[in-house]
Amino acid sequence: MGRRPRAVVVVAGLLLLALVPPVAAALAQPFYVDLFRRMMIFAIAALSLDLILGYGGMVSFGHAAYLGIGAYAVGILGFHGIESGLIQWPVAILASALTALVIGAISIRTSGVYFIMITLAFAQMLYYLGISLETYGGDNGMPLRTRSQFGPIDLRNPYAFYYLVLALLVLFLLLGARFVNARFGMVIRAAKSNEPRARAIGFSPYGYRLTAFVIAGGMCGLAGALLANQTEYLTPDFMHWTRSGEIMFMVILGGIGTLFGPVIGAVVLLLLEDVLSAFTAHWQIILGPFLVLVVLFAKRGLFGLVPDAGGRRG
Amino acid sequence: MSVLLVLEQGLNGLQFGVMLFLMAAGLTLVFGIMNLVNLAHGSLYMIGAYLAATFFGWTGSFLLAVALSLLATLVVGIVVELTALRTLYERDHLDQVLATFGLILFFNELIAILWGRAALYIGVPPALAGYIELLPRLRYPTYRAAVILVGLAVALLLYVVVARTRLGMLIRAGASNRTMVGALGVNIRLLYTVVFGAGAALAGLAGLMAGPIYAVQPGMGEQILIQVFVVIVIGGIGSIHGALVGAILVGMVDTLGRAFLRPVLSTVITPTAADAAGPALASILIYVLMAAVLFFRPQGLFPPRG
Repeated sequence: MGRRPRAVVVVAGLLLLALVPPVAAALAQPFYVDLFRRMMIFAIAALSLDLILGYGGMVSFGHAAYLGIGAYAVGILGFHGIESGLIQWPVAILASALTALVIGAISIRTSGVYFIMITLAFAQMLYYLGISLETYGGDNGMPLRTRSQFGPIDLRNPYAFYYLVLALLVLFLLLGARFVNARFGMVIRAAKSNEPRARAIGFSPYGYRLTAFVIAGGMCGLAGALLANQTEYLTPDFMHWTRSGEIMFMVILGGIGTLFGPVIGAVVLLLLEDVLSAFTAHWQIILGPFLVLVVLFAKRGLFGLVPDAGGRRG
Repeated sequence: MSVLLVLEQGLNGLQFGVMLFLMAAGLTLVFGIMNLVNLAHGSLYMIGAYLAATFFGWTGSFLLAVALSLLATLVVGIVVELTALRTLYERDHLDQVLATFGLILFFNELIAILWGRAALYIGVPPALAGYIELLPRLRYPTYRAAVILVGLAVALLLYVVVARTRLGMLIRAGASNRTMVGALGVNIRLLYTVVFGAGAALAGLAGLMAGPIYAVQPGMGEQILIQVFVVIVIGGIGSIHGALVGAILVGMVDTLGRAFLRPVLSTVITPTAADAAGPALASILIYVLMAAVLFFRPQGLFPPRG
């Protein structure tokens, strides 16, 4: 264990997350269960972005779109009386994966700054689409009638919901580790670090990139479904472009191109927002320059500070 | 739907288009020459609008307010370039996007602290109030007509500067090969600062002209910024020519779509369905246009040579 400091951090971090509900209960501060559940939901979203951003080199600036689609899938199905999570959540995943397929198919044909602007523009398009859905609350959004129904697992119980989110996060971390070290993940990473070389040894990156883009979209869609359940409210603001920027900041802050980095980034950023907003209503005037400084001077992120044991990242 | 209404909306589209162009020209030049993705370009637009509103309040003269706020945005642009952006030129696009995103958060909050979050409404200057009669029975607001004229004049001026002057030659040379221009003894850093300042002033000009037409509020810059992205993606990043064509195209499509999509749809489908689908479709029309252009020409309509 001593020679694998990153593994120690991951295990310790997850254990701490698992300990939040009993500690919060002991301190009679149920608010923290809510806050940390929110962090873990954003951690899933940030992790999904990191798969394409950190490992695939695709600077998608519209990732919040899938968060919104997942949330709207839950909200719209619930609005029409379909409240089973066994229907809502798969629909959320499928709808966002499909959207990612369309957006990806167009945007991955381009690269560099075109890619950034196009993903941003598509997310903005979906944001306006959300605003124009008058039936589903339009600009103001709408409350969720009830959280998704899962038979014996009752999401209205904050602890059950918390541990379900934690379990999903762990599942995605494990799947992510499989993904980046599998042949498929290797091709994505190869195409990121040197595309001509990847092509020269016989891989056409387009299909691999698109597949990764779709997987990330679906994963973020599930995070969106969780977020709708978390807030019991959905608004087009889930898809606002600043949200995309925020998710991207989580990835950088925690450590781009690592699996656990986005988790740390989500926890730290949301904690920071919570502390700063208690301190002043104008907390963004502090957060903005902080973001600039992180980008300029701490590019490897918090998890990047932890020494890596072997040659392998992750 | 009369011909006059179509003409009037067409002019509105042109007015929106030239505004987009003023923003797009600076953004596309900065990208073409410095290879910098500057999200904070929208903040300069916002700053231009706020400063114009304030100077207009102080001096009571719109012209003086225009001159002062143009100068001030130029200065703000140069300060931002010297302090924050200069370090970003050699970084990758991800760093540039995030750092300038941080700048946006900062500027939006700064404006909210200084002027409050509520929208400001600026009156049209008295000299430009009222209407002019372009055709019999076609009365068009003088102010919007003036915006169109200013926008077209700036486009012409830009064309002359870029195509016919020494500075323009340096700009074009810088866009195609920065290192070589530097090696030939041109002070490339100074060129960067000049280009960035000019782009900032253009964004400020768009912002100050936007004041009397749209609401002036924190975050107003990003709303237009993303539409400007659509413009330069359609036009081809780095091309001023493309920015002009893209801007007019996007301005027209957006304005005409908002005005006529619903009535046109209601002749095809039921009016209630058209009422529901019309506004939704109109608001996403320019993005659909962008997707269509990219599908056939991934580098935009006028990809710059080099």
